[in-house]
Amino acid sequence: MTYVFQFGDVFNSWDELALGAWLTIRLSALAMVIGLVVAILCALGKTSGPKPVRWIVGAYVEAIRNTPFLIQLFMVFFGLPALGLRLDADTAALLAMVINVGAYATEIVRAGIENITKGQIEAGRALGLKPLQVFRHIVLMPAIQAVYPALTSQFILIMLNSSVCSAIAADELTAAANDIQSRSFRSFEVYFIVTIIYLVMSLGFSTIFAAIERTFLSRGRG
Amino acid sequence: MRSFGPNELLFILAAARWTIALSLIAFLGGAVGGLAVALARTGRVAALRYLSIGYIKLFQGTPLLMQLFLAFFGPNILGFSVDPWAAAALGLTLNASAFLGEIWRGCIEAVPEGQREAARALGLRYFALMRLIVLPQALKIALPPTVGFLVQLIKATSLASIIGFVELTRAAQVINNATFRPFLIFSIVALIYFLMCWPLSLYSQRMEKKLSAAAR
Repeated sequence: MTYVFQFGDVFNSWDELALGAWLTIRLSALAMVIGLVVAILCALGKTSGPKPVRWIVGAYVEAIRNTPFLIQLFMVFFGLPALGLRLDADTAALLAMVINVGAYATEIVRAGIENITKGQIEAGRALGLKPLQVFRHIVLMPAIQAVYPALTSQFILIMLNSSVCSAIAADELTAAANDIQSRSFRSFEVYFIVTIIYLVMSLGFSTIFAAIERTFLSRGRG
Repeated sequence: MRSFGPNELLFILAAARWTIALSLIAFLGGAVGGLAVALARTGRVAALRYLSIGYIKLFQGTPLLMQLFLAFFGPNILGFSVDPWAAAALGLTLNASAFLGEIWRGCIEAVPEGQREAARALGLRYFALMRLIVLPQALKIALPPTVGFLVQLIKATSLASIIGFVELTRAAQVINNATFRPFLIFSIVALIYFLMCWPLSLYSQRMEKKLSAAAR
């Protein structure tokens, strides 16, 4: 074995990596928040909307879940300009991530909502809660509590998947890695370090999700 | 500039076989690796258990794209270079091993402990116990999530295009660069992926409903 590891070029570009990682975190966090809103609306439409809404939401979910994220990204970045909507790479990346995570999260939130029993909702109404209060306190929050682990692992998956956005040259972490790699030719070293950064970020997100669960979601349980 | 005609469509369709081949190889390799990971994860040897936990965490906590890059550039360190095809097969196999290992661990653990105790009382050793008692029962539970994972794997092969392997997605890019009809071309490719994945998704969902109905 004659290979000599040289991490110097990678460490010298730490600022570039940090900027890339920061964009990855911002893109992912935004995609999670907006994706969750999309998911709640779609899950509501799918469980209690009129038939055409149910059908449209179902088609959206199946279309996204059965095609690769990379193709969805290409559709947004290369395909939409043909329809007159031109986005820069970062915005296209965010839009594709929202569309993707929204579909998966819809299925997860829907499963949570469907597990709320009718009796609970009736009890809420009997207590004089308004429809919006019933939805918030009796349907949505318990549903999200119940599916929280599945939801957060899906969120971490979209953070990891955001590395694919380097394919359209969004300036996130993987793109930064590609950039450093093309200058220094220390391919293995660059991707090794960046892999570790991703690992740390996914551990960081799980820690934050656990803290959110402790602070906001365990109220009224014990 | 070329226009998009039957020849271009055929080129894309022909590349779909590489997507299928890569999916099958990664699935078969991942099945072997996944079984080893699942057995190590549920076994009694502490060292193997921690090793398999670390393996699963590592592959589930990092992007598949990074794993493919490392599979592509890593072998250089040992002094031999691999082509994109081998790198994609290697990376996807290692990735599938982790995910299938974690799925199958759950299925093995779902087999009631009494089954194992009864088998041990009958004098069965580990491998006989696994082969005759636990795995056949775990297999039934494992079918829906395993087919579900196959869908993930088929979609994941699209990332092999980024390291330069010409499968469905890469073929679409090649044709798009020549004809510049991105909306049309990527719609067609999305449809091809959908036709490969959707039947499997439906099958997985139906099996899961059947199983949960039987469990009730």
